[in-house]
Amino acid sequence: MRSAVASAGPALTRDDFQSDQDVRWCPGCGDYSILAQVQRVLPELGVPKENIVFISGIGCSSRFPYYMNTFGFHTIHGRAPAIATGLKLARPELDVWVVTGDGDALSIGGNHFVHLLRRNLDIRVLLFNNQIYGLTKGQYSPTSEQGKVTYSSPMGSIETPFNPMRVALGANASLVARSLDRDTKHLQMVLKRAHEHQGTAFVEIYQDCIVFNKDTFAPLTDRETKDDNVLYLEHGEPMVFGKERDKGIRLDGLQPRVISLTDGQHSVADLLIHDEHDRYGTLSDILATFQERVGFPRPVGIVRNIERVCYEDVMLEQIDKAMARSGPGDLAALLAEGDTWTVGPNGS
Amino acid sequence: MTQRLEVVNEVTIRFAGDSGDGMQITGDQFTNTSALVGNDLSTLPDFPAEIRAPAGTLAGVSSFQVHFSSFDIHTPGDSLDVLVAMNPAALKVNLGFVKPNGIIIANTAQFVSKNLRLAGYAEDPLQDGSLASYQVFPVNITELTAHALADIPDLTAREIERCKNFFALGIVFWLFHRPMEHTIRWIEDYFTKRRRPKYVAANVSALKGGAAFAEATELFATTYEVRPAPLQAGLYRNLTGNTGLALGLLAAATRSGLQLFYAGYPITPASAILHDLSGYKRFGVRTFQAEDEIAAAGAALGAAYGGALAVTGTSGPGIALKQETISLAVSVELPMVICNVQRGGPSTGLPTKTEQSDLFQAIVGRHGEAPLPVIAASRPSDCFDAAFEACRVAIKYMTPVILLSDGYIGQGSEPWRIPSVPDLPKIDVPERPAAEGFAPYLRDPDTYARPWAVPGSPGLEHRVGGLEKSDVNGHVSYAPDNHETMTLNRSKKVALVAREMPPLEVHGDPDGGKLLVLGWGSTYGAIRTAVERCREAGQSVSRAHLRWLNPLPEDLGDTLAKFERVLIPELNLGQLLTFVRAKYLIPAIGLHKVQGVPFTASEIQSAIEELL
Ligand SMILES: Cc1ncc(C[n+]2csc(CCOP(=O)(O)OP(=O)(O)O)c2C)c(N)n1
Ligand code: SF4
Repeated sequence: MRSAVASAGPALTRDDFQSDQDVRWCPGCGDYSILAQVQRVLPELGVPKENIVFISGIGCSSRFPYYMNTFGFHTIHGRAPAIATGLKLARPELDVWVVTGDGDALSIGGNHFVHLLRRNLDIRVLLFNNQIYGLTKGQYSPTSEQGKVTYSSPMGSIETPFNPMRVALGANASLVARSLDRDTKHLQMVLKRAHEHQGTAFVEIYQDCIVFNKDTFAPLTDRETKDDNVLYLEHGEPMVFGKERDKGIRLDGLQPRVISLTDGQHSVADLLIHDEHDRYGTLSDILATFQERVGFPRPVGIVRNIERVCYEDVMLEQIDKAMARSGPGDLAALLAEGDTWTVGPNGS
Repeated sequence: MTQRLEVVNEVTIRFAGDSGDGMQITGDQFTNTSALVGNDLSTLPDFPAEIRAPAGTLAGVSSFQVHFSSFDIHTPGDSLDVLVAMNPAALKVNLGFVKPNGIIIANTAQFVSKNLRLAGYAEDPLQDGSLASYQVFPVNITELTAHALADIPDLTAREIERCKNFFALGIVFWLFHRPMEHTIRWIEDYFTKRRRPKYVAANVSALKGGAAFAEATELFATTYEVRPAPLQAGLYRNLTGNTGLALGLLAAATRSGLQLFYAGYPITPASAILHDLSGYKRFGVRTFQAEDEIAAAGAALGAAYGGALAVTGTSGPGIALKQETISLAVSVELPMVICNVQRGGPSTGLPTKTEQSDLFQAIVGRHGEAPLPVIAASRPSDCFDAAFEACRVAIKYMTPVILLSDGYIGQGSEPWRIPSVPDLPKIDVPERPAAEGFAPYLRDPDTYARPWAVPGSPGLEHRVGGLEKSDVNGHVSYAPDNHETMTLNRSKKVALVAREMPPLEVHGDPDGGKLLVLGWGSTYGAIRTAVERCREAGQSVSRAHLRWLNPLPEDLGDTLAKFERVLIPELNLGQLLTFVRAKYLIPAIGLHKVQGVPFTASEIQSAIEELL
């Protein structure tokens, strides 16, 4: 739930959202771009600055709130969803954003992360996925690829990585999206869509850690390669990609296939049409698997967007119902509820 | 034969049976009726951690002890005048607590070879003469219940069997001249709400049948009466500590005008607080069952950040999980109350039993220098006041406060004089700071509290977090001097809470003497009773009880110095003792008990006598 009140004051600009703190990420870190896009988008949302709260966990990414001239709370490793939940339940009218990293959200905070999505509070979660532990200087994270060589895995990490999108879908997140730090316009679009959504909006943002995991996402962001490796999802549109828009996704039974639109055998009519609103998530589940499929483009954009009741709305409804049923609480009556007896002045 | 009526001043009864025998309800009913007839009372429910341990075993015994009197009492009683034993295991477990010549009412139907074996009896104790020093009343409660219910149609044997606790209660009601109306009303209400009307008739018949049987059979040569206790004038109810705690929180919300937010994760013996508050929606109370205790603490802190009166509650293992969040609350200086209904530990320990072993955890259990005020409730009725006070101090000083209760007072009950709402102190909430000149760590010079600048306030946008902050302006700062300043500020603020404490009351010889018994939390009743008994016997012993454990009262040092010796009884291995010895450099003496049950007054009395 959010209050419908738009800002009454003068129109805000990007500058209004910059705090007086020096930004201290490594020069060239993808976090800078994400910060800039958030600061560009916020003035367009019509929310009074004082009603916006950024809550983060711990990690490089989680320093984010310090740089925003809004309310901000840099909390504990992994626990931002819990703290945001309490704030939202106490103050449903606020516009609450969670900023987290892949280690923060999916390792130490995995439990809170899935429960926030499951409950569907009206909160936006921006997960900066750099597939590494940045702040602690470069250990593998729960999204690092198997075999990743880091200080804590000199012979390669043994673990199977989490696919954050699958985790989010598994928790029945009502909005699931992905974007990239470098793709500024796309990121702005996704942020706006996430903000429009009523319910928990989960946005995975690929973020370049230039110090410990440089260029991990280069194939998805470099001018030469990105069009062949990224599938830009648009609701109601066929799934076409490629520099020459010459490739597409077709469904073959339950399996998606990459097909060529120039081999004379297929046309756009054969392609899967994106449907954000697919209630049971069949399509989004399939899209989420692309990152594990060799030769498949990485879907970005709004993967899933369905309507689900927000936790805090029902909480308030129940309170209203209880008040309507028995009138607003009377403390004196409650204290004296049940069986009581009176002792007279003489102790009788 | 005519029955003799004996007027006695106090009686302790324990109802004991299998976990499925309804002993908690039975004890509760006896308690409430005793409260209504005006007795003072104190209770001790005791049940296994397993929901249904195998029937007939020693592990499955559940009991409820109630001590009721015609004078002011403070403990559930040291030993039993009456034991109701619904099976051999219940007898075996509880016999050691029965006074010589005490009454034992045993359900003979359960004294069959299988159950005797399960209880470890080679011979039937009802037959072998081993109970000669008690007044044993063998009653076939199961069969007599069936007779009493003969006219009620459509009851299965199992359903009839389940009414036997009320038959037993009927016997005891008759023995002590208690009216049955209250319990009859309760039965009607309970089963009507659950849409089981036929159980109303069944249980009422069992209850009346028990009383009629006791009267008709002339089983008891003597019946007993315990007259009302001369309590302070006022309106009373019977109250458990957990309910008192929930009500105290709600009262604090009402008197501060703040929204009450409570987050918890189910855990014995603290769950009742979450249950109670979840039922107060008409007061606008917002409750949240979190995914774990970490999240519950986090949600409470988030709500505090949003300006609510934020509370989280749990028991020992849950507190361990919450500590990281509590440290953050210390760092960001937001008010919240963390309730710990302590139980036996370490680890899962004794989940349904009591202990006072989380004092270290409360005072020093965090990382870094992270002081916070710690308050402890001393008895069920005090949970209300302690909760109210914890909230008041949290708000005034902008600090997390740990409120210690425990399984004994949380689940135990006693009469509570219901306070008048307008007479409750008003809790002042510091005004929202003005945007002009606002700084997140600009302290109130009097309380050292920082401003509560909640989101939604135009012009107050600022950032808080666990990184050390520069004094006043609240920017991230790693400067050496600043960290020391901030550490000292936080600790000074907590030290200031000592000003909130009234002078420490010494009961006995306020000017000093041979021995002071110093207590905290739920040992209150046993210490008070023990000291009063010793003083009646002419011994020079005094007592004082701590409400705040951190900071300690400013006059504690002087008080301790007036006594030759100091005895500190605790349900742990000497936690307050450690703090007192360290701070006041005195050779205070500890009395420890870690058996999952409270001290009896006699145990403390013996310790006092040994020292004098
Ligand atoms: C309880 C706790 N354990 C460990 C840490 C150390 N720590 C800080 S950030 C971090 C990992 C951050 O990784 P990620 O969430 O991916 O964020 P990034 O720094 O890459 O943005 C760890 C392990 C901590 N602050 N708190
Ligand atoms: S370590 Fe990596 S993620 Fe952290 S600030 Fe530097 S570049 Fe960014």
